Amino acid sequence: MSVEPTATPDKAQAQAPARAVQRRPVTPYWQAVGAIAWKDLRAEIRSRELINSMVLFTLMTVMVFSLALELDSDARQNVVAGVLWVTVVFAGMLGFSRSLASEQDRGSLDALLLAPIDRSALFFGKMIGNLLFVLVIAFVLMLLLTVMFNVSLIKPLLIVMVLLGSVGFTTIGTLIASMSVHARARETLLPILLLPVSLPVLISAVRGSAAILNGMPSEDWLPWIQLLAVADVIFLAGAYSLFDYIVEE
Amino acid sequence: MIEVRNLIKTFGLNPVLRGLDLDVERGQFLTLLGPNGSGKTTLLRILAALSRPTGGTVRIGGWDLPAEADFVRAQLGVVSHLPLLYDTLTAEENLLLFARLYDLPADQRRPRVDAILARVGLARRARDVVRTFSRGMQQRLAIARAILHDPAILLLDEPYTGLDQDAAALLDTLLREVAVSGRTVVMTTHDLRRGHALADRIAILSRGKIALDAPCAEVDPDALPALYSDVTGAATTR
Repeated sequence: MSVEPTATPDKAQAQAPARAVQRRPVTPYWQAVGAIAWKDLRAEIRSRELINSMVLFTLMTVMVFSLALELDSDARQNVVAGVLWVTVVFAGMLGFSRSLASEQDRGSLDALLLAPIDRSALFFGKMIGNLLFVLVIAFVLMLLLTVMFNVSLIKPLLIVMVLLGSVGFTTIGTLIASMSVHARARETLLPILLLPVSLPVLISAVRGSAAILNGMPSEDWLPWIQLLAVADVIFLAGAYSLFDYIVEE
Repeated sequence: MIEVRNLIKTFGLNPVLRGLDLDVERGQFLTLLGPNGSGKTTLLRILAALSRPTGGTVRIGGWDLPAEADFVRAQLGVVSHLPLLYDTLTAEENLLLFARLYDLPADQRRPRVDAILARVGLARRARDVVRTFSRGMQQRLAIARAILHDPAILLLDEPYTGLDQDAAALLDTLLREVAVSGRTVVMTTHDLRRGHALADRIAILSRGKIALDAPCAEVDPDALPALYSDVTGAATTR
């Protein structure tokens, strides 16, 4: 066994090119995002820790709502959007909490922070992993609700609404989970912090989804879609600029 | 290669590093000794750009920390007493992940991972998930992760913690190879003899400052425990 000699440059050797170019992170941004998201998916496909608990929670919640609310078809049409989003929110919180807590507990968060990547790439990698889990849950939920509430949820506009709502909720959920991950009572802290902050996303998503499901004209659901899109942009920009400070010791 | 001047770090009102000065030359192997709470891990976390200093200056390879941390990170390999690995991924998947994060060229990633796994004696377990590994095997994989991108500087924070005799001997061999390869190494340990045997220089940290700094050639390994006790006021049997 032998170890080859190192050839890594120091500042004096590396300063020849323009300084602005050197200030970029060493690893290309989307390569880092992709690597982190791939790692989360690969680990989850193997362990099925998160997705199993999220699916089981979803199944139980739909059963409880279905049995507790013995409603006529009109009433079901009115409550199904609320049931959809309440379940997505609580199932999502299970995932956010575990996804960062497991990194923190085994110290692997430090390994990611040691890599020469932009800190926000770490955020977006984790967020994309969480988003995929939330979307899986949302689509399983849409199928379940279609069967158990006898209301068709498989509509293109509702899918757009679910996509936009999930992006906003997952962005703010991943950000707050990374803030609360160092706290002793992080499982309790996450919903206390997340629910009020994600209120604009949840209200828009529930109102917009209800309008789409009730077949209302576009002026009843379009403003909610626009509001969701704006909230998504604000949350994404906020997460991009804040994550650096959140993970710093 | 590493210049630390008047380094101060406090956690709340609790000072951990109190005006520490340290220089490590390129290619030097420095062992940092010191009792628990003397600030060894805090110093290494600051050098690894994982923690911000409260005061003082830190320069690594000419780059200032924390302002130019992105450039410093690319030059560092870190081994901690925790393996910092993903236990649901295989050894190979773990290293391929870090090969992407450290931007190794795509066509060189797999050959490099295979070579490093062979070097740390884990080639046969490349496709086994890390949770099935013993503590010693996990630490060997952690070393593989740390040297995967061929860093100029290695920071080792108590890398022998939890290793049995065989695993510790293998780690000795790997670190000797690393030392002769021209890398700069800073290692913290409680094992005085081992720290002395591997290093070019030893420094003893006490109450947040370097209390003794000497080339290993000038320190008798048999007299080191007594010297350590004198400097730190701590009892030692090693």
